[in-house]
Amino acid sequence: MDEQLKKQLEIAATKVRMGVIEGVYNAKAGHPGGSLSVADTLTYLYMNRMNVDPANPEMADRDRLVLSKGHTAPALYACLAHRGFFPVEELKTLRKIDSRLQGHPVRGKVPGVDMSTGSLGQGISAACGMALSGKISSDTYKVYTVLGDGEIQEGQVWEAAMFAAHYQLDNLVAVVDNNGLQIDGKIGDVMSPYPIDEKFAAFGWHVICINGHDFDEIEKAFNEAETVLNKPTVIIQRSTKGKGVSFMENQCGWHGKAPNDEEYAKAMDELKARLAELEK
Amino acid sequence: MEKKATRDSYGEALVMLAEKRPDLVVLDADLAAATKTGTFKAAYPDKFFDCGIAEANMMGVAAGIATTGKLVFASSFAMFAAGRAFEIVRNSIGYPHLNVKIGATHAGISVGEDGASHQCNEDIAIMRAIPGMTIINPADDVEAKAAVLAMADYVGPTYMRFGRLAAPIFNDAATYKFEVGKGVQIKDGKDITIIATGLMVAEAIEAGKALAEQGIDARVINIHTIKPIDRDIIIKAAKETGKIITVEEHSVIGGLGSAVAEVVTEECPVPVIKIGVKDTYGHSGPAVALLKEFGLCADNIVATAKAALGK
Repeated sequence: MDEQLKKQLEIAATKVRMGVIEGVYNAKAGHPGGSLSVADTLTYLYMNRMNVDPANPEMADRDRLVLSKGHTAPALYACLAHRGFFPVEELKTLRKIDSRLQGHPVRGKVPGVDMSTGSLGQGISAACGMALSGKISSDTYKVYTVLGDGEIQEGQVWEAAMFAAHYQLDNLVAVVDNNGLQIDGKIGDVMSPYPIDEKFAAFGWHVICINGHDFDEIEKAFNEAETVLNKPTVIIQRSTKGKGVSFMENQCGWHGKAPNDEEYAKAMDELKARLAELEK
Repeated sequence: MEKKATRDSYGEALVMLAEKRPDLVVLDADLAAATKTGTFKAAYPDKFFDCGIAEANMMGVAAGIATTGKLVFASSFAMFAAGRAFEIVRNSIGYPHLNVKIGATHAGISVGEDGASHQCNEDIAIMRAIPGMTIINPADDVEAKAAVLAMADYVGPTYMRFGRLAAPIFNDAATYKFEVGKGVQIKDGKDITIIATGLMVAEAIEAGKALAEQGIDARVINIHTIKPIDRDIIIKAAKETGKIITVEEHSVIGGLGSAVAEVVTEECPVPVIKIGVKDTYGHSGPAVALLKEFGLCADNIVATAKAALGK
């Protein structure tokens, strides 16, 4: 990847992380950990890959993204805001009683949100439906869906995995955000989904494993996915829950907790320092 | 009277619907031969997709297809469409108010020999609790086909309930007009009102005739749309006849009887006597014998009406 583009993406991802913290702090609730682990990939998709138009969010041939791990809505909202779908200032209204930024994404309420999600395991099925519909009418759009590594414990995910391979949905790319933690602890301790790569391969998917915080690897993975024919692709990204905020990293306690005043200040200081360094 | 199962009507109507809506897509979960979407599959193999025995995923796929603007039907037995897939129907279809039509066949106790595991007497109750869900339970072949064809222009999540057992065709195809949300008064009457839905409408008609012979003037109403329910026709019946009997091939909890009682208690309290499956499971047996055993027949409607009127 071009160094200048990489820097731009790193800047954008840092702003997205600030949006996540801003939202969750003001809401006094939400899911910072998984939002931060998936922030780089979502930033890449919305800022550099997906064919979307903030002026025309329902554009028929747009690429679609279904955030199957819907609890990481703060990251999705921050990406959409920074992409121009709605004002960045609105991120502060997350989860407020009169806000359209619901705790989990709602289609039709927020421009740019392609599917209502939040109940784990369901988004990938909707993404399959969008991809199948594209095949039926020979549309060229791509469908992306982002799953949590704990989420794939849901049986519906594997029903959908079977479906996508059976109907050769090569216009579908799933991302599994393998940050290794879920509410009750390490995913390997709670209910191991490992080996994730071999499972998807056995279900007939093209599998790519990457570091989810390296834009070179992220771009290479999505480029590779585009060359795969007759199979869906899954990108399994190793990631760090809470990435970018030192005291949130790799702590499952930050799965669904908002920072207090002091923690908020510390998190924003760290992210601002990172931004200043990048913008130097 | 000629008879046909409404599941057969469903399969045939889907073929007719495809002529009106070339964007129609039909999904099934390995039951195409039984739900009769196989009829559609034979006519339009490119628009039919089997999802295998995976109803949860099928409902999500249907939701995804609906987001792209196509008209989509997802079919299975009522037990699995409404029961197993409930939360997907609620969150992926109902909540975003997507234009998915659920074609649920083998509803009620008339599934027969398969027994209680497949006799879904709870689906109307479950689906009725989902905000914005329309529920249509057609009574015969004519009504079932008209209801499916009406879906060409009716936008929003809709649960359509069809039966396995052949039902008498009492509507006239040449004159019948279907309107979502409108009850149909089949026979006027002043002594009592029988409100029925689905397979039970034919029984209610028969009961109405038998009561007339015994000097009881019963009004008979067919409620094909259980949600949104036709409040006006119910309130009018409550005011004019003072007593209501509801009849449904479904649990007495949460179905037509409950829906009617909700309207009546709010608007014009009169006794509502519910004929349905009494908070219990069915069992294996021939459909007609089961219907009789559970009181889902004209004889029981007649007896219930007479008892209600103290005759």
